[in-house]
Amino acid sequence: MEDRALFKPGHTACAGCGQAIAAHLVIEAAGSNTIVVNNTGCLEVFSTRYPETAWGVPWIHSLFENAAAVASGVEAALIYLGKKDTTNVIAQAGDGGTADIGLQALSGMFERGHDVLYVCYTNEAYMNTGVQRSSLTPFAANTATTPTGIKSRGNITLQKPMPEIALAHGIPYVATCSAGFTPDLQRKVKKAISIKGPKYIQIHVPCPLGWRHEPGQTLEVAKLAVETGLYPLIEYENGVLVSRKTITPKPVEEYLKVQGRFRHLLDNPEAVKQIQEIAENNIKKYDLRSKEPKDN
Amino acid sequence: MKEFLEGSRAVAEAIRLCKPGVISAYPITPQTHIVEELAQMVADGELNAQFVNVESEHSAASVVLGAVATGVRAFTATSSQGLLYMAEVIFNIAGMRLPLVLTCANRAISAPINIWNDQQDSVSLRDAGWIQLYAENNQEVVDLHLIGYRLSEDKSIMLPVMVCMDGFILTHGMEPVDIPEQEKLDKFLPAYRPLYKLDPAEPLTMGLLADPDYYLETRFAIQETLKEALSFIPKISKEFYGVFGRDYKDCLIEEYFAKDAEKVIVAMGSVCGTIKEVVDELRKKGKKVGLLKIISYRPFPYAKVYEALKNVPLVAVLDKAVSLGAYAPLAIEIKATFFGKKKSPKVVSSFVAGLGGRDITLDSIKEIFRKLSQKEVNQEFIDLKPELLREEYGG
Amino acid sequence: MFGPLIVKPIKSKGDKTGAWRIKLRPKFLQKNCSGCRMCISICPEGCVQGKDKNTFICDYNYCKGCGLCALVCPKGDIIMTEEEAEGEKK
Repeated sequence: MEDRALFKPGHTACAGCGQAIAAHLVIEAAGSNTIVVNNTGCLEVFSTRYPETAWGVPWIHSLFENAAAVASGVEAALIYLGKKDTTNVIAQAGDGGTADIGLQALSGMFERGHDVLYVCYTNEAYMNTGVQRSSLTPFAANTATTPTGIKSRGNITLQKPMPEIALAHGIPYVATCSAGFTPDLQRKVKKAISIKGPKYIQIHVPCPLGWRHEPGQTLEVAKLAVETGLYPLIEYENGVLVSRKTITPKPVEEYLKVQGRFRHLLDNPEAVKQIQEIAENNIKKYDLRSKEPKDN
Repeated sequence: MKEFLEGSRAVAEAIRLCKPGVISAYPITPQTHIVEELAQMVADGELNAQFVNVESEHSAASVVLGAVATGVRAFTATSSQGLLYMAEVIFNIAGMRLPLVLTCANRAISAPINIWNDQQDSVSLRDAGWIQLYAENNQEVVDLHLIGYRLSEDKSIMLPVMVCMDGFILTHGMEPVDIPEQEKLDKFLPAYRPLYKLDPAEPLTMGLLADPDYYLETRFAIQETLKEALSFIPKISKEFYGVFGRDYKDCLIEEYFAKDAEKVIVAMGSVCGTIKEVVDELRKKGKKVGLLKIISYRPFPYAKVYEALKNVPLVAVLDKAVSLGAYAPLAIEIKATFFGKKKSPKVVSSFVAGLGGRDITLDSIKEIFRKLSQKEVNQEFIDLKPELLREEYGG
Repeated sequence: MFGPLIVKPIKSKGDKTGAWRIKLRPKFLQKNCSGCRMCISICPEGCVQGKDKNTFICDYNYCKGCGLCALVCPKGDIIMTEEEAEGEKK
């Protein structure tokens, strides 16, 4: 594991922030020969408030939606300079900056085949601006713009299937990771960095503030998302599924009850059933059920 | 070497000489020929650049931002809707103090959609912190691009430059243009040596959050730099003259028979060529008329304009853009130049013409000179067709 | 002229986020540690340091007291204890 000097302490993330865990693991797996392009969001704001910076690698932030495009420019410049083979380029953003406002630039970067690793940290809402709903907000979650009330039980849509959208572009590597499974995360980042072309890694990062759980529960929540089947850990190379984390599925209630954003569902068995169905679909689709008595 | 070529081609030749490492653009009429010519040059091995065909103008500007931040000279071109689409990035590039040259093939802005020339697009981004230079003819187009890179990349400036050329009129017009030799260009424009860049050998952070304790000074710094540019641009122009033999004087304004004139029109862009023809014609008839051409719209050369017009009794400003709800964008600068000053024209009349590509003819210019009198004109639209207007809508 | 623009990492010491701790702080017992480095891996702040077994400690100037290190240690060699009184805080 590389020196922590690549992502230094003293940043202003909330205590127990899942994204802070994931971000340092990503850059440490990628190493110091990396240029990072960041979208606007929690990570950018808490890690680079003038005159402080947490980044020990070259790092640039432009706007909310253009990390993929700026990274394309960085990559093109490195190719021109003959330095691309020795320099990694990582573009990173939150779920809103990836699946919503950033989707156009991301699709363009994928389509043109730039040698860039794109990392989407999904905390399933626009957290930096105050927990507003994004297209990666899960079904029935309580957010500031899909609040629960007499007429509403939270977000009514299903998540945009970002990994599938990435796959549809025919890029060489697509994987999902979780802040609760850190060696897996690092392995996948290292793997992605070694592949030439556009790569997409999506990391599930619990947000104590937005999901309403204790800072010390970040790992527990992340693990439960995977263990219920709601957030499958999958890995595709050239469109072929090469690995998935098998589970002995836990009922989704265990995941929902530890988070304030789902608390309103605990007396709504019909909604819980719908969420269980989402989990079941994932389990079936990726064959997640462990054949062994224990997990892999 | 003198060649007879299309304006867009002239831009491409100028850019080829400047050897950018990354070119990225999105097609929009009337900029298309510029990037097509560059694409052909890359395809023919005449230009060694990474050509990134992006999916939008916002991304085109973002790509060149990333490239310049990595220490490589870059280029992009756009018009109208494209410029507005990338407006966010335009402010960003200036705010991040990154050097760049962008060609704006001036075109009207939707709605209604109109692909023909006026200057509303670049004028609408006058607050962004870019240097804006307006070309009268295709020779100036070429020269302003070369000057643009030299200016932009200077360590004392580090601000992006927008070279504005009237869409169709200049982009698709064919003129004889002197395209400099590479050796001469290399004397004038050295390779880009970045003041700061993204490089793992020397990590740094760009684009931080600046809270109220820090933001103000960044803006002040750009303002001061643009003020300094008013002295720096003439220096570069002199250097340019030394290498290429073409004298743009201070490269901020051009006075054409304005010194002893009784009536002067102030304007920017290709319309100045038309105005010069009318000035020549009227001067032959003994009329004391003149033209003040604005080359540098940003930074605005207030002091130079003051000196040029302080003794001219009647001034007309011809705007090819309109600031809806207020005085026209160029007219207001001219008025501001003289407010509170001892010497000043008696009248600064404002005329708006040519919007959406409406032809500005020799007769239109003569009409402006005629209408320029002791009675100040407060924004008259030349060649307005009243039959197209109605008080109410419906039916 | 340039205003606040670019920061070099060497110049940045970060905010002293240790002041955020309210109730608990991690105590590194340094007794049964196996040197697995999971505490370093999981810390969102990156303020845990150490090389060999039983040498791991966090920088209390930055520790926010989230408790994830204590949770993740396979040997139970990190425990969350009461935050020390004002005068005793580093």
